[in-house]
Amino acid sequence: MATAESKSALKRTPLHGVHCEAMARMVDFGGWHMPVEYDGIVAEHNAVRSSVGLFDVSHMGEIVIRGPQSVDLIDSLCSNRAADLQDGQAQYSGLLNPQGGFVDDLLVHRIASDHYFLCVNAANQEGDFAWIRDHNSFDAEVTFASADYAQLAIQGPRALGTASKLTGLDLAAMRYYWFESGEFAEVPALVARTGYTGEDGFEVYVAPGDAVGVWQAILDAGAEYSIRPCGLGARNTLRLEAAMSLYGHEIDATTTPYEAGLGWIVKLDKPAFCGRDVLAEQKQRGVSRKLVGFEMTGRGIARNGYGVLVGGRELGHVTSASPAPWLGKNIGLCMLPVEHARPGREIEIAIRGRAVGAKTVRIPFYKRTRQ
Amino acid sequence: MEYPAEYRYSREHEWVQVTGSTATVGITHHAQDQLGDVVFVELPSVGARLQAGGPFGAVESVKAVSDIYAPISGDVTEVNESLIDAPEKINEDPHGEGWLVRLTVADSNELPQLLSAEQYAEYVAAEIDG
Repeated sequence: MATAESKSALKRTPLHGVHCEAMARMVDFGGWHMPVEYDGIVAEHNAVRSSVGLFDVSHMGEIVIRGPQSVDLIDSLCSNRAADLQDGQAQYSGLLNPQGGFVDDLLVHRIASDHYFLCVNAANQEGDFAWIRDHNSFDAEVTFASADYAQLAIQGPRALGTASKLTGLDLAAMRYYWFESGEFAEVPALVARTGYTGEDGFEVYVAPGDAVGVWQAILDAGAEYSIRPCGLGARNTLRLEAAMSLYGHEIDATTTPYEAGLGWIVKLDKPAFCGRDVLAEQKQRGVSRKLVGFEMTGRGIARNGYGVLVGGRELGHVTSASPAPWLGKNIGLCMLPVEHARPGREIEIAIRGRAVGAKTVRIPFYKRTRQ
Repeated sequence: MEYPAEYRYSREHEWVQVTGSTATVGITHHAQDQLGDVVFVELPSVGARLQAGGPFGAVESVKAVSDIYAPISGDVTEVNESLIDAPEKINEDPHGEGWLVRLTVADSNELPQLLSAEQYAEYVAAEIDG
């Protein structure tokens, strides 16, 4: 077994000391020293599905865009239509390259018509900022603001009950993918009803210096719901059950939104945007490969990168896979030629030299029941 | 954590306990602790010939899969079948009930090349501090 990790030169969030004191298992996650689990991925995962969990996601990047043509800049680089947003509304989108592949996936928040707040992936944040800045031919100012924010995610059916205790904002009335600025746990915050777990929940952006106090306040407020601090391990299994994409796995520079099943974030009818021509052609001709979900029928656990066999021939690869703690199955996502990327097909996964049975299924694997 | 003094340990975090000509093999407390909740074990069949240092199966947690390596050479005489339904035994009792396989000892000269309990504890401490 290989377990050694070098801890030198890893970046730390403002909550690093809190995680270490709590004896969380810390790992190198894309250059960040982050908690992968506190008491166990399964317990944390199930806490989020059944009650509430708290995640430190301060490694995520923030980019602020200001100026009268902010929306034009965003809409020239992103596949979704930011012009549709109203003040206080957020949108999932793709920052695309000219080939229609992903520079990154991101959340675009409209604070005001001349003020947008982007939340991007930790590992891509510097590249995203450079990409947007270098393509900025508009009257807009692009600021790399990651150092100004810590981000905490409160997720689960009791997230509302937990978070509501800490703010005068009317969180119950806040709609999914909307946000408000205001006091939260007695400090200034941006509170968004967003998440990456397939549950209801909130993502709270605060100043780094306020993060430790807010973290503790959330744990105290959630104590009656047995809130659990959760690591990135549970974050990954939760998003996989919900079949949400992860950069570097389902999506990357060579994968288009159509191939990744994210056609809903492509607005071909808006003015030209980076990658549009490739996507328009792909839309017309159809994709040659597509993401599809599967669950193991044989004894074995699929993992990222394993080969996928159809009729004994390796025709694709697993992009993400894991045991699914809430569903009690071994599940995964894989990229397959489009003619095979349909639910209900028998496939096999190449696990350490063995072909183990699986079948393609509809995604998401898990969908919460909305009240 | 106490590492049994009568066991020998590999740098890949397996332990071996030799009784006469039979060796019992498992993964260490440190190994299971690093993995987290074990949910799946893949073990060889009885009769399989293991080569010291060669992979002979895998232990998987939700998060990760770890190959397991034979600390010594030998033929598998027994497999801990109870782990198929109760892989958590590896977390609960890694040096006892969570054993993986039993082997015939093919070459007793391989044993001194493994670490003593004291050496292994130091090795793990250095790895944690690294």
